Amino acid sequence: MSDVAVKKDKPGPLDYMRRWPLRATVGLTLLFLYLPLITLMAFSFNDSRRNIVWQGFTLKYYEKALSNDSLIQAFANSMTIAFFCTIFSVVLGALAAVALWRFRFPGKTAFEGGMALPIVVPEICMGVAMLVFFARVLPWPMGMPWPLNLGAIIIAHTSFAFPFVATVVRARLVSFNRELEEAAKDLGASEWRTFIDVLVPHMQPGLVAGALLAFTLSLDDFVITFFTAGPDTITFPVKVYSMVRFSVTPEVNAASTILIVLTIFLTAVGLQMQTASENKAKAKS
Amino acid sequence: MEQTWKQAKAAFGVVLTPPAFWLVAFFLVPMAVIWAYSFGENQGLADIALTGTFANYFRALEPLYVGIFIKSVIIAGATTLICLIIGFPVALAIAFASPRAKAWLLLLIMLPFWTNLLIRTYALIAVLRTEGYVNFGVEWLWNNASGLMTLVGLQPLGAFEPLELLHNNFAVIFGLVYVHLPFMVLPLYSALDRMDRSLMEASLDLGAGHMRTIMGVVVPLAAPGIASGILITFIPALGAYLTPDLLGGPDSQMIANVIERQFKRANDWPFGAALSFLLMYLTFFAIAVQALIESRAKKRGVG
Amino acid sequence: MSDVAQTSNGVSSIAVRPNAAVKPNTIINFENITKRFGKVVAVDNVNLQIQEGEFFALLGPSGCGKTTLLRMLAGFETPTEGRILIDGKDIAHLPPNKRPVNMVFQSYAVFPHMSVDDNVAYGLKMDGVPDRERKERVAEALELVKLGGFGERKPDQLSGGQRQRVALARALVKRPRVLLLDEPLSALDAKLRDQMRSELTSLQEKVGITFIMVTHDQDEALAIATRCAVMNRGLLQQVATPADLYEFPNSRFVADFVGSVNMFEGTLAEDEPGHAVVQSPELEAPVYLDHGVSGAKGSTVWVALRPEKIEMHKRPEGSAAMKMEDAPAGANVVPGTIRDIVYLGSETIFEVEIAGGRRVKTFRSNLTRYDQEDFTWDEPVWLAWHACSPAVLLS
Repeated sequence: MSDVAVKKDKPGPLDYMRRWPLRATVGLTLLFLYLPLITLMAFSFNDSRRNIVWQGFTLKYYEKALSNDSLIQAFANSMTIAFFCTIFSVVLGALAAVALWRFRFPGKTAFEGGMALPIVVPEICMGVAMLVFFARVLPWPMGMPWPLNLGAIIIAHTSFAFPFVATVVRARLVSFNRELEEAAKDLGASEWRTFIDVLVPHMQPGLVAGALLAFTLSLDDFVITFFTAGPDTITFPVKVYSMVRFSVTPEVNAASTILIVLTIFLTAVGLQMQTASENKAKAKS
Repeated sequence: MEQTWKQAKAAFGVVLTPPAFWLVAFFLVPMAVIWAYSFGENQGLADIALTGTFANYFRALEPLYVGIFIKSVIIAGATTLICLIIGFPVALAIAFASPRAKAWLLLLIMLPFWTNLLIRTYALIAVLRTEGYVNFGVEWLWNNASGLMTLVGLQPLGAFEPLELLHNNFAVIFGLVYVHLPFMVLPLYSALDRMDRSLMEASLDLGAGHMRTIMGVVVPLAAPGIASGILITFIPALGAYLTPDLLGGPDSQMIANVIERQFKRANDWPFGAALSFLLMYLTFFAIAVQALIESRAKKRGVG
Repeated sequence: MSDVAQTSNGVSSIAVRPNAAVKPNTIINFENITKRFGKVVAVDNVNLQIQEGEFFALLGPSGCGKTTLLRMLAGFETPTEGRILIDGKDIAHLPPNKRPVNMVFQSYAVFPHMSVDDNVAYGLKMDGVPDRERKERVAEALELVKLGGFGERKPDQLSGGQRQRVALARALVKRPRVLLLDEPLSALDAKLRDQMRSELTSLQEKVGITFIMVTHDQDEALAIATRCAVMNRGLLQQVATPADLYEFPNSRFVADFVGSVNMFEGTLAEDEPGHAVVQSPELEAPVYLDHGVSGAKGSTVWVALRPEKIEMHKRPEGSAAMKMEDAPAGANVVPGTIRDIVYLGSETIFEVEIAGGRRVKTFRSNLTRYDQEDFTWDEPVWLAWHACSPAVLLS
């Protein structure tokens, strides 16, 4: 495929994207994916309680959503949980990644398999397990001050997020030039100094990507939270779920739109950070 | 070069202990508890006695529940198939697009994936319900077709009967496809992008048409990627809870919904535990099959 | 010319480069060093002494054990058997960060996230050298490798050659007893390689430290080293100066590995103190040497003839056989036909087919601009060599 393509030349045999059947397929697919979301966002401005036909532009449902105390509380909960979950997941995931990358040890295959389980096990199974665990094995004390009352959910989220972080960081470690470690030791650095001065800087793009992944996974989670949350520890998706189930007004659309915009914003920030650190890493290697 | 753990015991301990502990304490232990409960029975309102009984598993094998398992597998299978049929051309198109277009297209395909599952499923309600957009669109077409027919002198079509698109199996499959399509496109794209183009060019050069090249050369070579995509679409679809819950009707319950009911409403934790584990075994079976396909493909020197 | 005094150490008395600071004391001693990885023997009972101030090269094909030996010295591998002594002291118990040895790695291993200054200062920081002294020494080291003023730059802004200099400065700033270099020139392009070659030698002379280099490139080793050790499959084959390795190899392996060679298997027909004769089925004429070889008469030996030492003369139809002055008639002269010509600009390689089908390689310098026209394909020629040119190998 030539890079010096003249605008009007015929598509090459493998230039599938330039042939109309595939272009149409891709276009239709994108339409299929986005139309429901776009209409949902559009109808959040609809001045109609039943929200079936467009009846006029209004922002009042956003006002309603933003002054809905329980919604705001749920949102705050979600952000807090995601924040702590991210911190714990990044630390645990990074440690696990280094352990698997660096060492041979008896039981390594078992540990690797164990780390893969949370990724593979269906969410419902994990949610149910967490429910039982926090009901019977380690009952989380009631009435603890915020944010400690979110502890059970934070633990649950961390448990399924940190293996994802470990996978991402491990992928990054594969490209590490071991000679950098040896050079540091050769110059007099101890095991700890080598880790901090040489290994961690290399892991950084993986840590950033892992953190973003953990944050998104936590923020978006429904099933596992549904089973671990209590009446006073509701998260944003769980709250929106109950709104959807019981009162389908544009307020739900407004809340959803806010979440969509937030997700897109975070994704954009994340991509920016990732490309920036990837470009830096590419230039160095 | 890896080291053995003995060469740096302290470092090894520091690095392995926290994640290993967390994995055991907050994942394996809860799983083990569920597994234990699957062999227990309810005793009174709050207690569960671990009697080592297989009663729960036997109950799960009753026609009612087997039927639900089978239905879940069929729904998940249908979802996967549809995702494959739609996703493969899309992945092919993206893999062969110009580098700039590639990045944008991938982003566009993946962006819905990052939006909340709940919201995406909810958005479909407005699309599929009797007063939803699909029905509006079909009604508009119906009425216009009717109008055209009277113009031409034919009998007009009867009154418009809205299509029942929601709260049934169709809606569940539609919703699952909608939610999981990006899952399928990504590994397909990955495999197609990595493929050696010159093999396709050789096939075309030797006289095969595009379809034959795709079926004969591309698909076998991308087989591990296809298997991967099938797996990461099938498994979440099989264990889906939210989509059948919001979009399904009383007869389109999937296994996850049944499990939820045992824990939240029926208060039959042992039975729910047994069902959960059966779902997990199904999942592991699917993974094993995929791993087998992948290792066979590797032996043939592909992927 | 052929009388070279050999000490038991293999150090010849042929003059070394002036300014080379070779001192007569042994700084590194490998005693019966063996390294096994499972069943594989990477290094097999190596005994080697390296003198202070040498630029020593470990030379050999991939997998011969040279890098393993180097890494054992640096501390990244532990010997299965044997001891390594630096300045007479056993260093087995010292981890790499405590040895008086520093290494320049094959990939240079310059820390990508630190500036050049920070890279070079790293080792000094680990040693706890105070700030001011550190800055001075870093600046001094950068000047030494001709990177003065590059301190603020990041490695991704440097070329490969510049990164190598950073690695050199980083190691040298610590003033180690020994500097180790792992394939220092292999990643550089031809022009840069020539430049670095001379820079490395002048650097070593200036700094006066013992340099030990590992390489598979025999050109590199011959050009730079004061002494080389040739290794093969974990065994030490020969330790000698480059000239001795090239002109007086002790085995077929060394003769073949270092430079090009034409090897002929034959029988030792005569062996007197003043001359020797080898008969080879591949050569019509016997090989006459002007010195004895102390072998057993009738035993199998090999004759190694380097291409540049074989003269090529025109052999017109019906002419008399050529005779070399320093050999009896019929010896050291073989007729042949040119079958292949490879023109290299400064010289031409001729492949000459002799009786029996064997092809012999000979180099011919193009001394004038018209020299390459002298011989052509399928031309009949005489191949001849002086009696001091062949090397006779007993193994």
